[in-house]
Amino acid sequence: MADLQSFQGWMADYAEVVKEQADYLTDLDRAIGDADHGINMARGTVKVAALAEAEDFASSEAYLKKVGMTLVSTVGGASGPLYGTFFLRLAGPLAGVADAGVEEVGAALRAGVDGILARGKAELEDKTMYDAWAPALDAYATATADGADLRGALEAAAAASARGRDDTLDLVARKGRASYLGERSRGHIDPGATSTTLLLESAARTLA
Amino acid sequence: MKKLINDPADVVSEALLGMAAAHPDRLRVDHDHKIVYRAAGPREGKVGLVSGGGSGHEPMHGGFVGTGMLDAACAGEVFTSPVPDQMMAATKAVDGGAGVLHIVKNYTGDVMNFEMAAELAAADAGTEVKSVVTDDDVAVQDSLYTAGRRGVGVTVLLEKIVGAAAEEGRSLQECADLATQVNRAGRSMGMALTSCTVPSAGRPTFDLAEDEMEIGIGIHGEPGRERKPLAPAKDIAAMLVEPVLSDLGLSRGDGVIAFVNGMGGTPLIELYLMYHEVSQLLEGAGVSVARSLVGNYITSLEMAGCSVTLLRADDETVRLWDAPVNTPGLRWGA
Repeated sequence: MADLQSFQGWMADYAEVVKEQADYLTDLDRAIGDADHGINMARGTVKVAALAEAEDFASSEAYLKKVGMTLVSTVGGASGPLYGTFFLRLAGPLAGVADAGVEEVGAALRAGVDGILARGKAELEDKTMYDAWAPALDAYATATADGADLRGALEAAAAASARGRDDTLDLVARKGRASYLGERSRGHIDPGATSTTLLLESAARTLA
Repeated sequence: MKKLINDPADVVSEALLGMAAAHPDRLRVDHDHKIVYRAAGPREGKVGLVSGGGSGHEPMHGGFVGTGMLDAACAGEVFTSPVPDQMMAATKAVDGGAGVLHIVKNYTGDVMNFEMAAELAAADAGTEVKSVVTDDDVAVQDSLYTAGRRGVGVTVLLEKIVGAAAEEGRSLQECADLATQVNRAGRSMGMALTSCTVPSAGRPTFDLAEDEMEIGIGIHGEPGRERKPLAPAKDIAAMLVEPVLSDLGLSRGDGVIAFVNGMGGTPLIELYLMYHEVSQLLEGAGVSVARSLVGNYITSLEMAGCSVTLLRADDETVRLWDAPVNTPGLRWGA
């Protein structure tokens, strides 16, 4: 079950991971973007990790909304609105839920990813973070149907997300700054898909 | 990395401190929100013009705040869009009762952040906001399969021309229509001789050999469409001018504003040499230059290279171009 404390643990863990991987994320972005993804994500997740200390939150919903607004306000670029919208929408289905189980977290993840789609208008195989989110949602649903608990479903989602991330290697970007490169964007892993997989791996460690 | 900086994390905020110190007569800077305003504040009944984007393109946009151009500019981190909080604050602050026009360059991040700001402003009620997105870069194929053309050189010309129209008291709708029309009438193409280094990244965004150049670059140190062997200026001018001429559909007898822009690391002597080549090509095509602009106006940090922007210009466009402007980056008649 995931409660306010576990969501806060998730964000603390993710901030640590982003800090460790910031140079790697920036290197991926240097190849097909503008060399700032790790820097921007680190700036935002540090602020997010500090929220739990600075403020008392009444619910997971209130906390995750604040996480979203904080990312929107601090990350900038395209990642700020995309991750910000993800957390703002993620909060919705968790309203009134103190301990979220596998069903509730699944509904929240779907709502979050719908938000990313509405904001970014990406489609599958555009070489964006959605290529890591879409297989993750599918795997989560399959695992849930097979009777997995929250941890099992999140682990399945993270593993599928990693495969989706790896598959962006051979794609030609059709959205975002990488799309300006055309064919030259092929042969590089998408930085947004990479930070998405890190987020789901972190969720699998902390939310169950 | 050799740069005149103290700490890479403080580059944007310290540059804004410098702008405020250098131009107290014309600018006021909100350092918390990283917004550059006109010192005089909003004018009652005038449409407010707000732009913004990543830093590293100076003088754009902060250097274009002042009489005859922008009312406010939101500064993001280097090459990173500003955030909706900044655009919201700027929009409220410059509203003189006639509404506010957002001038947004077509980059995924800028567009999303300005969109979120407009949604929040609508929810907040009060200020009427319209947006124009510039997308004049012919290097990028405008298709369903890209993020669309980038906003580059035309943004500078548009901020000047629409700034003059707003100063004359035109309505928000009229300013937005004019902005759309200017964007449609202009095209740009850029090239790089070197890459550039984002201060917080510490090393060049891409590698370019001594005998290579990159054609079709944007303004964020991102690689362009193709890499070619270095060529004489005459040939480079043709590579930039021809796609612009054909994309704009310019023909004999048409008049333009011709803009040769430096990317930040190319000296004026080379930009003037390029302007000569560009003007020869235009003369050959029978296109007359109504006005010209040569210099570093929309830059990519210390990148060496240039871009060429042509804007189809009728008498009214030229009249608005000639109207007084008094900003740190562009000043005449005032």
